[in-house]
Amino acid sequence: MKDFSQLKKNIKKDFSKLNTIKIAVLGDTATQFLTIALRGLGFDYGYNFDIWEADYNQIERQVFDLNSDLHVFKPDFVIVFKSSHKLLGKYNKTNPEQYLSFGSNELKALENIYTFLFEKLNTKVIFYNFNEIDDAVFGSFSNKIESSFLFQLRKLNYELMTISSKYQNLFLCDLSSIQNSVGKANVFQPSVYVNSDMVLSIDVLPKVATKTLDIISAIYGKFRKCIILDLDNTIWGGTIGDDGIENIQIGNLGIGKAFTEFQYWIKKLINRGVIVAVCSKNTKSIAIEPFEKHPDMVLQLKDIAVFVANWENKVDNIKYIQSVLNIGFDTMVFLDDNPFERNMVREMLPDICVPELPDDPAEYLEFLYQSNLFETASFSAVDLQRTALYQVEAQRATFQDCFTNEDDFLKSLNMVSIVSSFNKFNVPRIAQLSQRSNQFNLRTVRYTETDILQLISSKSHFTITFTLEDKFGDNGLVCVIILKKENADVLFIDTWLMSCRVLKRGMENFVLNSIAQIANENGFSTLKGQYLPTLKNEMVKDHYLHLGFRESNEFWNLNVKNYQNRLNYITYKQ
Amino acid sequence: MIFMQRNEILEQINTIFIDILDNEDLVILENTTANDVDEWDSLTHIQLVVAVERHFKIRFSSKEIQSWTNVGKMVDSIFSKL
Repeated sequence: MKDFSQLKKNIKKDFSKLNTIKIAVLGDTATQFLTIALRGLGFDYGYNFDIWEADYNQIERQVFDLNSDLHVFKPDFVIVFKSSHKLLGKYNKTNPEQYLSFGSNELKALENIYTFLFEKLNTKVIFYNFNEIDDAVFGSFSNKIESSFLFQLRKLNYELMTISSKYQNLFLCDLSSIQNSVGKANVFQPSVYVNSDMVLSIDVLPKVATKTLDIISAIYGKFRKCIILDLDNTIWGGTIGDDGIENIQIGNLGIGKAFTEFQYWIKKLINRGVIVAVCSKNTKSIAIEPFEKHPDMVLQLKDIAVFVANWENKVDNIKYIQSVLNIGFDTMVFLDDNPFERNMVREMLPDICVPELPDDPAEYLEFLYQSNLFETASFSAVDLQRTALYQVEAQRATFQDCFTNEDDFLKSLNMVSIVSSFNKFNVPRIAQLSQRSNQFNLRTVRYTETDILQLISSKSHFTITFTLEDKFGDNGLVCVIILKKENADVLFIDTWLMSCRVLKRGMENFVLNSIAQIANENGFSTLKGQYLPTLKNEMVKDHYLHLGFRESNEFWNLNVKNYQNRLNYITYKQ
Repeated sequence: MIFMQRNEILEQINTIFIDILDNEDLVILENTTANDVDEWDSLTHIQLVVAVERHFKIRFSSKEIQSWTNVGKMVDSIFSKL
């Protein structure tokens, strides 16, 4: 981590090519250094922070005056830093009879700041929580005295968490946890405070800035989704190939405790939606054995989205993992005890995060806690579903490796599809696909829900939707077709769009069979299609060519009088 | 560091000043004041104090920090603590 004076030097660098984000900083103590640290570190994160800093101790005036500089500035983020020192100062001046309501009054004040800012500026707000000050008026007994400062401060921190779980655009930067990890003497330097009214020491500023930047960049979509694990001496002690399953250290054997606790940490990440892959230099059957048979293994095979164990180099294996999961390298973390592997991966795949794990496995967890690798800006059931989808996709890809013949693979998937016309239940999903599909979309005509409802009752259109389910899971509604009667003979394919999740499954053939059937049943002899190029749909440039259509005058025609069903391995499901 | 001379202290402070104030050409003398150096404002003063404290492994009292009228006074404080 860079120190403050290095961050300050960043300020002179060229920010002109970076994304600009407007940030307002409001504090009740001197915040100039914090502002410098934020802007300087922003450079390393790839942001040009346009920071407006309120004059000293002007939080309320700036927030509640609609004509204030803050409101004119229109920030994307407002950082509100109320310090524990000023909180204590306020408590000191409070009438002892009011001590009991001190924390809840402060909470109300902060809540008002947030709701006002959100309503008037539609901005995101970051509060720093309160690093603890024990004024030692009661000693440990203050834990039993609700009116004590420590009691009120802790209550306030707790209540802040409660309201921030309620407000989507309120984020808490956990200053208190920084103090817990580095100690109060390193957060607060009394002589500096007395001379400058700064409550954050120069040494702690980079840590506070990092914690703040992690929040902001997670909100802007930069967060990590995947962790790639080495096995030997990373998730268990020893070498499975040499030591054998009885002798690897996990559970009670040797320093196994360290690895068990490490695995529980990984398990918690999995439970919150992080994808885990294994990349190990081992014979696969041997590497898998502990996952299946060792009683102390916390991680199980079902936790691992992609399991790669072979003697190839790790860079290629990680590229393979990336291609299966289809997520960016910059969303991946690679954990390996071996410095050689780490350096090689770092050098060849610079976007991957490769933490410099300590030599002693006992230190892994503390080190990883400090690294804050998995900051996030959202957590919902949707995240878990998305992970399940990735895992299913990974299983499919892994499974495909076992087949040299693609037809055999497709047959083995047991694919079924529900084919139906548009109806009131699938309208929202159809509208969503119509709005969002860019790649596999032949004409990219966008339909709203209202348009789609009209199509349902139209006499001159046929509509079809397709779902796709296979042995690994259900992809849901993945294909939308809108057919328009052009004349008594010609049926025009107005819309053909598909989710890219289901490419290379024979879905195109299955869909064309269905379209041809409708054409035949209704007396049309010709299907007419069109490709309208956009910046994103090049992948379907030759779609109709591949399906046997003939080109004429920028349209594609197919005679369906003697249509032969095209080969696929999808069956109709009622 | 026990028998460090004043001029050695001054030399080391100079290096710190160059780093913190980001000015390679900076030469400070015992009679240099904050007014003589553009980049030396009340905020960078705090940075300088903390850097000097770390370098010499000493701590200044808040009174000392305010009392220096020139670099020489700072050297006095450091000298008295080594």
